[in-house]
Amino acid sequence: MALEEIISRCQDLYDDLDFSYVGQWKEAGENRKAIGHMPVYVPRELIHAAGMLPVGILGGGDQLDVIHGDAYYQSYICRIPRSTIELAVTGRLDCLDGMFFPSTCDVIRNLSGMWQLKFPDKLIRYFDVPQNFDAKIGGTYYTAELTLLRDELAELAGHEITDDDLRNSIDLYNKNRQAIKELYAYRSAEPSQVPTPEVYLLMRAGMILPVDEHTQLIHDYIAAAREIKRPVRDNCRVVMNGLFCEQPPLGLLKSIELAGCYVVDDDFMLVARWLLHDVPTDGDPIKRLSDAFISYSIETSCKFVPGRENKGKFLVDSVRANNAEGVIFASPSFCDPALLDRPMLQKALTARGIPYTAFKYAENSGQMQPIREQAGTFADSIKLWSAA
Amino acid sequence: MSTAKDQQAEVQKEDSMLLQKAMISANYEALSTAHDEGKKISSTFVPGNLNELLMCFDFVRNLPEINALQAGMRKKSGGYIMEAERSGHSEDVCTYVKSDLGMMAKGQVGPNGMRLPTPDLLLLSYTGCFTFMKWFELVRDEYDCETAMLHVPYQADGKVTENMRNFVVTQLKEQVIPTLERVSGVKFDIDRLREYLKESAKAEDDLVWVLQSAKNRPTPIDAYFGGVYYCGPIFTAFRGTKETTDYYRALREEVAGRISQGLGPLTPEGPMGEERIRLVVEGPPNWTHFRDFWKMFYDEGVVVVASSYTKVGGVYDFGFRHDPDHPLETLAEYCLGCYTNHSLPSRVDMLCNYMHEYSADGFLVNSIKSCNSFSAGQLVMLREIEERTGKPAGFIETDLVDPRYFSPANVKNRLESYFQMIEQKKARDDARTAA
Repeated sequence: MALEEIISRCQDLYDDLDFSYVGQWKEAGENRKAIGHMPVYVPRELIHAAGMLPVGILGGGDQLDVIHGDAYYQSYICRIPRSTIELAVTGRLDCLDGMFFPSTCDVIRNLSGMWQLKFPDKLIRYFDVPQNFDAKIGGTYYTAELTLLRDELAELAGHEITDDDLRNSIDLYNKNRQAIKELYAYRSAEPSQVPTPEVYLLMRAGMILPVDEHTQLIHDYIAAAREIKRPVRDNCRVVMNGLFCEQPPLGLLKSIELAGCYVVDDDFMLVARWLLHDVPTDGDPIKRLSDAFISYSIETSCKFVPGRENKGKFLVDSVRANNAEGVIFASPSFCDPALLDRPMLQKALTARGIPYTAFKYAENSGQMQPIREQAGTFADSIKLWSAA
Repeated sequence: MSTAKDQQAEVQKEDSMLLQKAMISANYEALSTAHDEGKKISSTFVPGNLNELLMCFDFVRNLPEINALQAGMRKKSGGYIMEAERSGHSEDVCTYVKSDLGMMAKGQVGPNGMRLPTPDLLLLSYTGCFTFMKWFELVRDEYDCETAMLHVPYQADGKVTENMRNFVVTQLKEQVIPTLERVSGVKFDIDRLREYLKESAKAEDDLVWVLQSAKNRPTPIDAYFGGVYYCGPIFTAFRGTKETTDYYRALREEVAGRISQGLGPLTPEGPMGEERIRLVVEGPPNWTHFRDFWKMFYDEGVVVVASSYTKVGGVYDFGFRHDPDHPLETLAEYCLGCYTNHSLPSRVDMLCNYMHEYSADGFLVNSIKSCNSFSAGQLVMLREIEERTGKPAGFIETDLVDPRYFSPANVKNRLESYFQMIEQKKARDDARTAA
């Protein structure tokens, strides 16, 4: 498949706020079901093993006219829950048979309660992952929660979810993670070849396509991208941080690159990169998923970091591993996790002499000029004043 | 024109308020002198606080929210918040956090004018509020001291499961208690914990009696503006102490006295006049203009008969009591049961129950900018409660300790309109009943 064709397909999926693909997927088989999930992390392997389609619900972006949603929230609450409610009350999420709300923050947590009140006929699950990373304590709790979730999904599916079903799903998601790692490694090595807006669209496609199809799409993209030669710009290399929940407008990502920054790592769609290594496909699959979460999951603002000395280390490591020259903190307005975390992460960067800049956005931000100017100034300052 | 000093002199206080003030002052004194006296200090949060457990290890207890609240009432928080914002904290996040960090940056001077020492231990009971987790990390970043973290799962389905309870108990046994032992040098004595829990249960009985006294007409208490005083000792550094048991017994007797005389609540300007409107209020109060805010209610004969904020440090009026026979399990149940750890449907059920049980005329949300744990979803709750009870609901917005977010004219205007709406509805209902 040609690169333009791949990106065009991803763009179509991104633009489709009616989730037509989900309806088509359900109609293509008998008794198919789809489960929506908010950012940041749910174990999609379980949904897949139940024969269902996991669908990332990431708000309405900058193309959705939020009419009803604003009546559900005060002005000081971020934008993603109001556009998500808008999607729901306008019937766009009727294709979903259930909705999972991860323990991202209090707003997403309380959104689960709003769903319980407004859509009581759906399977609604607030998914509380442990903030205790001791395998015997947090792991035991999490294993039991995963088992409960498997039982609930099996009931909705109308059939048992066997260990082999789950192992097969784990294997498919391992392959997907590997493909995404390859994509990220390719961008880091040759950022001129892999524009970040394209990476973003590819990652977004993974929020709706079946996992095996998405894996193939990434492989196709990498192969197609290697076939062409794109101009190399005199951009600096940056890591973007803070975009894990409410989504940046695509225009923002384009602006960052146009302003002179190659993004070499980011925190888009963390659900797909949450587990840092493959989950073993032998043994008890629930236990394996639990162990993976406890022992090797990504660090983000939604998680507790045990040990003062470790705070910010993950971001610093990413800067170093990707030879980045700075960090752009792009946080949604009123995002508690990102904004509360930011001063600690900035302190960790300062201690290591890593420059950064910070701004806020909303999913429907339309004016990119100030962001472009800020990112451009940041890029210039790195080029002019960086020790390198 | 009366001076601020004259106004201060005119403020009416219940005896129990004076008793509580003495307790709080003594605790700040104990905090200020703890290290000189060889005592250890623990900082911990209000919801899900493990006060009885901390006392087993002789920790003096410091509560950052209470420091922020005190700073708000003493008109210091605005400066603290701006100090924190100057050092890079976003204007969008919780002002309790920024008040605390700003106070630290400005020398950590407590309400008693003395410096609050660096704690020896930070104990995070992560209960019902995501911000606590980040606040804890921020404070941990400032203090290089020992930490203990207790993750309390959210009651998403309105019930405590065995897995949740076991998770909390295991953390207490395997991690929290060993850390407390190591930092304090005191060995854990479960019988000592049982004794404190016995005291807690006695005080909780009396607190519930006091809160439920608002079912009387007229109510002898204001369960929001007065209620925040009543729940003070049991929510903070005092639950489980003999003096707290005595405080609640004295409070109960004081309230019983008012019932027998047919009196309403005591406001800062003396006994409240005629009770015209009874409200249930959801959400925390504003602390920076607390008295002005209260006055907007009692001037209009409006009294709060039940509130959710007085359940934020523990929900006792649906039967829960600390149980000395199951000490760790009861601590787990307590943490799991705090108000903001309940799902929205559970909170709606609870508030509808209050509307009915306390014969309320209306339901008011004071939506707090700082507190997404409370605020996100309140507009849906409001509509649901209005629909279920048929009573008018009102909505105002303020903040905990950021004076920039308290607009007296706007709040008063909204409240007055709302109170008029309730009166009109009451008159219509009365006319229908008479017909």
